[in-house]
Amino acid sequence: MHRRTITELARHLRDKDISSAELTNHFLERIDAKDPGLNAFITVDPERALARAGEMDGVLAKGEGGPLTGIPIAHKDIFCTKGMKTSCGSRMLDNFISPYDATVVERLQDAGAVVLGKTNMDEFAMGSSSETGFFGPVRNPWDTQRVAGGSSGGSAAAVAAGLVAGATGTDTGGSIRQPAAMTGVTGLKPTYGRVSRYGMVAFASSLDQGGTLTATAEDAALLLGIIAGFDPKDSTSADEPVPSYLANINESLEGLRIGVPAEFMDERLDAGIAQAVKDALSVYAAAGAELKSISLPNVGLAVATYYVVACAEASSNLSRFDGVRFGHRCKEPKDLMDLYKRTRGEAFGAEVKRRIMTGTYVLSAGYFDAYYLQAQRVRQLISADFRRALEEVDVVVGPTTPTPAFELGEQLDDPVAMYLNDIYTTAVNLAGLPGMSIPCGMTNGLPVGLQIIGAPFAEAKLLNVAHRFQQESDWHRSFPDE
Amino acid sequence: MALTRSEVHDIAHLARLEITEEEMPVYADDLSGIIDLVNQLQAVDTEGVAPMAHPLDMSQRLRRDEITECDQRTLYQRNAPQVETGLYLVPKVIE
Repeated sequence: MHRRTITELARHLRDKDISSAELTNHFLERIDAKDPGLNAFITVDPERALARAGEMDGVLAKGEGGPLTGIPIAHKDIFCTKGMKTSCGSRMLDNFISPYDATVVERLQDAGAVVLGKTNMDEFAMGSSSETGFFGPVRNPWDTQRVAGGSSGGSAAAVAAGLVAGATGTDTGGSIRQPAAMTGVTGLKPTYGRVSRYGMVAFASSLDQGGTLTATAEDAALLLGIIAGFDPKDSTSADEPVPSYLANINESLEGLRIGVPAEFMDERLDAGIAQAVKDALSVYAAAGAELKSISLPNVGLAVATYYVVACAEASSNLSRFDGVRFGHRCKEPKDLMDLYKRTRGEAFGAEVKRRIMTGTYVLSAGYFDAYYLQAQRVRQLISADFRRALEEVDVVVGPTTPTPAFELGEQLDDPVAMYLNDIYTTAVNLAGLPGMSIPCGMTNGLPVGLQIIGAPFAEAKLLNVAHRFQQESDWHRSFPDE
Repeated sequence: MALTRSEVHDIAHLARLEITEEEMPVYADDLSGIIDLVNQLQAVDTEGVAPMAHPLDMSQRLRRDEITECDQRTLYQRNAPQVETGLYLVPKVIE
């Protein structure tokens, strides 16, 4: 049952082959057996999940409910969940019980999902390996000596290992797509503003976007249809109609124009990944798509631009953690300054401190124009590269990551090396575009991700392009050893 | 570009972060590396390019000035480290 897609499970629930309670129990048993070796979860709440499953079985018995009714899912621990710990992977929020639900959580709840728990992540979503969190590293189900990618590594590992049918994630610079690539699952980062950020702990507010990690593009389409849409509680939420993401998912790719950026296929790319991407491109060519070589001349500046913009926004966003209203507080503060400094010094990990300090530096008097304003100008250039390219082609396709999953600890002491994992993903966030990663091959026994990028609000097209590939290939049906 | 210990000390103060003396050289190294990485932006010609603050070409939405939220102070203060009669407590600020 744990290798069925959400779409298949929904059919089994509707046909009464299995109950939501049985399904929930099955996944909870898998979590019990497998998660000690993976650390994909921060919180598991069997009692609440089973009570909810029973309730959903009642709905299903009456022939009511929708395609998500009774399906076990998990949320990245960055989404506020009412009455449940929402730690964001940090000691700072280890004691935080959210008094409200994020909009994403609320919409999935209204659609009948059963929440099994909250998944592990890099602290405050700052990382590319899910090793920086307070609750220890997530391990990759394909090789437990390797990272699962980050920052949504817990969600990715949980889906890859069959511990849950689907999970939510967030992507600020690659945090859905990169772990999806490294664990062999389907990751979807929608257009900035497509999914409400309300109740999603903020990291970099002009880049953050919620999305999904699932086994297939079809499942991603199903979940996106539920979580997407205008939300008055998020002032940057886009007031754009939500199309049916499943309606045209099977459309033919005949005549589809695929742009392949030369800058994504350079010497930094692992040879095995380059081969898998080329093989995937031939699958598209065989399906009638037209491949065009394109150039994104400024994309090489994306990582530098990203670390200025993201750190600046993070330093501002994380100033709310002051030891006064919620979260950790140091013991016996001698004055207010001591309270702030020790609280933050104790409860933030090294990577979060590095980014807060980098952001503070680039925003400080005398440096603001040279760093922050200059980064915003380069961001405009990067965005214009994509705008130009997407006038000539329908989608941009390339690798998601330069290497497959690396070993635990390998890059932890070298922040700059760690940041370079995001060379193909950060530009998409800077431009605010939708992006996906789907499994497209293996190299040395590790999964490879294919990245698909589209125009703003072209999620339906991306899902169509991803789904057709999954009709022609089996990479999304290959799983790590049980 | 290498940041000095005293620069890191100042940044940590501005960011309200306690950094111990032993940690200081590590952060000085790490931050210098990050600043080196982002310094490649200095060479880019951005003459006449408008800064992009936001990915969507949109203006800030306004809403009607109506009361939509109810008072949930007690619920919210359950997460506070120290409260008394509905007030957040902090160390004495004014002597």
